Amino acid sequence: MNRWSSALPDDALVQRIGDRFGAGLQESSDFRGDLSVVVKPEVVVDLARYLKAEEGFDYLLYATAVDWPARDPRFTVVWEVRSLAKQARIRIKTTTAMPDPHVPSLTSVWPAASWHERETWDLFGIKFDGHPDLRRILMPPNWEGFPLRKDYVSFGEPVIFSDQKLEGLEPDAIRG
Amino acid sequence: MVKNDVRTQESFGPEHEPEAEWMELNMGPHHPSTHGVLRVRLKLDGEIVRDADADIGYLHTGFEKSFEDKTYTQGITFSDRMDYLAPPINNVGFVGAVEKLIGVEVPPRAQAIRVIMMELARVASHELWLGTTGLDLGVYSGFFYAWRDRDLALDLNEAYSGVRMMTSFTRVGGVAWDLPDGWLEQLQRFIDVMPSRIDDFESMLTNNPIWRQRTEGVGVISGEDAIEAGVTGPVLRASGVNYDVRKAFPYCGYEQYDFEVPVGKNGDCYDRYRVRVAEMRQSLRILQQAVDSLPGGPWLTSDRKVALPPRSELSKSMEAVIHQFRLVSEGFKGPVGDVYAFVESPRGELGFYLVSDGTNKPYRMKVRPPSFCNLQSLRKLVEGVLVADVIAIMGSLDFILGDCDR
Repeated sequence: MNRWSSALPDDALVQRIGDRFGAGLQESSDFRGDLSVVVKPEVVVDLARYLKAEEGFDYLLYATAVDWPARDPRFTVVWEVRSLAKQARIRIKTTTAMPDPHVPSLTSVWPAASWHERETWDLFGIKFDGHPDLRRILMPPNWEGFPLRKDYVSFGEPVIFSDQKLEGLEPDAIRG
Repeated sequence: MVKNDVRTQESFGPEHEPEAEWMELNMGPHHPSTHGVLRVRLKLDGEIVRDADADIGYLHTGFEKSFEDKTYTQGITFSDRMDYLAPPINNVGFVGAVEKLIGVEVPPRAQAIRVIMMELARVASHELWLGTTGLDLGVYSGFFYAWRDRDLALDLNEAYSGVRMMTSFTRVGGVAWDLPDGWLEQLQRFIDVMPSRIDDFESMLTNNPIWRQRTEGVGVISGEDAIEAGVTGPVLRASGVNYDVRKAFPYCGYEQYDFEVPVGKNGDCYDRYRVRVAEMRQSLRILQQAVDSLPGGPWLTSDRKVALPPRSELSKSMEAVIHQFRLVSEGFKGPVGDVYAFVESPRGELGFYLVSDGTNKPYRMKVRPPSFCNLQSLRKLVEGVLVADVIAIMGSLDFILGDCDR
């Protein structure tokens, strides 16, 4: 059998979150055994505290974001946590919009989120309110742009010929 | 023996401002034992480290962005270039996420081949760790023994996949090739010779007073702190937390094999060394069982929507030609959704968070690299230790910067 490490299902957990946070819980899904909840940014920290203190989710796996340019709000921010004792896993998602994408930081609940949130800021330009040390981590400090955004072109460098000027040269136009 | 509790701050007197006397020391940007390129800024109070800031990203190559431009099959070659010391495990982790997304069954023989390749990689990676960390701490001869033994595992990689390191041997739904003739005999010779080689190493280090002085009681982290810091793998287990993905969430049929998860007590560098050496022995146990119980049958799924048809079918079946054309020209599509699949790499939990928008490429591929998460704990570990111990601690964390920076 090939389980690919699904968490044990805990249907009642979503129910408990729904009871506690009401309209703060916007959506929940169970895809291939991965439980995820979409919550409003305002309740993320409360939800995290609740999950850690009362449900035993003691271990932060990662934090990241997904860029959906056609959607509004554009960014989905994802944290995934695990309970080592219960062997359960839950994915916390929230959304944030341009032009100033920002969500609350969960470093106060899970300190391990620190570098992951820095990385998300570095590559997506999403600010984490309350993060103690939010600066670039993988890219150089003077880097411009946020590479993992979908409108950041990954191939093709602008080539400037002698009769051209840099201004007004769209990278997209060069990629062809 | 003077250890981490050396604190000279009191001797400055109450009105003295120690921070003004702190020196900033730049370690790197290279790692003394070439685990990759890393710069660490240390704040020193004499010989004692007060603060450390790891500056990573020198090996950042944007793999996560590159995944978005390649089909699922093409992405396999990216996966092993991240953690270049355990490529087979990266391969399996990557296709594991894709297999979880599209829900394909993997034949038992392919799973056994994957387990064999992964455990070989674990032995090779731990051998390299032994060699380089020994080198950091002055055990120069150990490096050559470790390199010799690691090469045996790389020879097996080469005989199987044609490549010594970047094997890229997995395919979605199985593995790319069956084992070649004579390979299992070569593997058996490896399994037979390795225990005595590990014994040699242990006789050189385990009770070596210099080795013990350099590692015992250095870089201690408790189990709770390790969980809080997000550490996994041998570093977490050395602190007494029994968590191994292979036991907790078995994949690739690990539940069939009889092995133990070595756990330490003190959470210091010495325990991390002991845990890794014990893990190598357990890996050899798994290898022996996998060889003895290797199932026959196909090594790639017969689901033609995801796996190429055998070459012999192409001259007989029009349908096979169509499948071949579709798979080679555009690959296969995954359903809309997001999954997280994870495997136990020699450094800890290696996870792949895959978001699919229903096309033939990952919409987003987030890698949870164990090195990144373990390196995050460096700041906590080095606070208050001597500068020389920073080397021991960095070595004991066993981070690979290619994995960390991606």
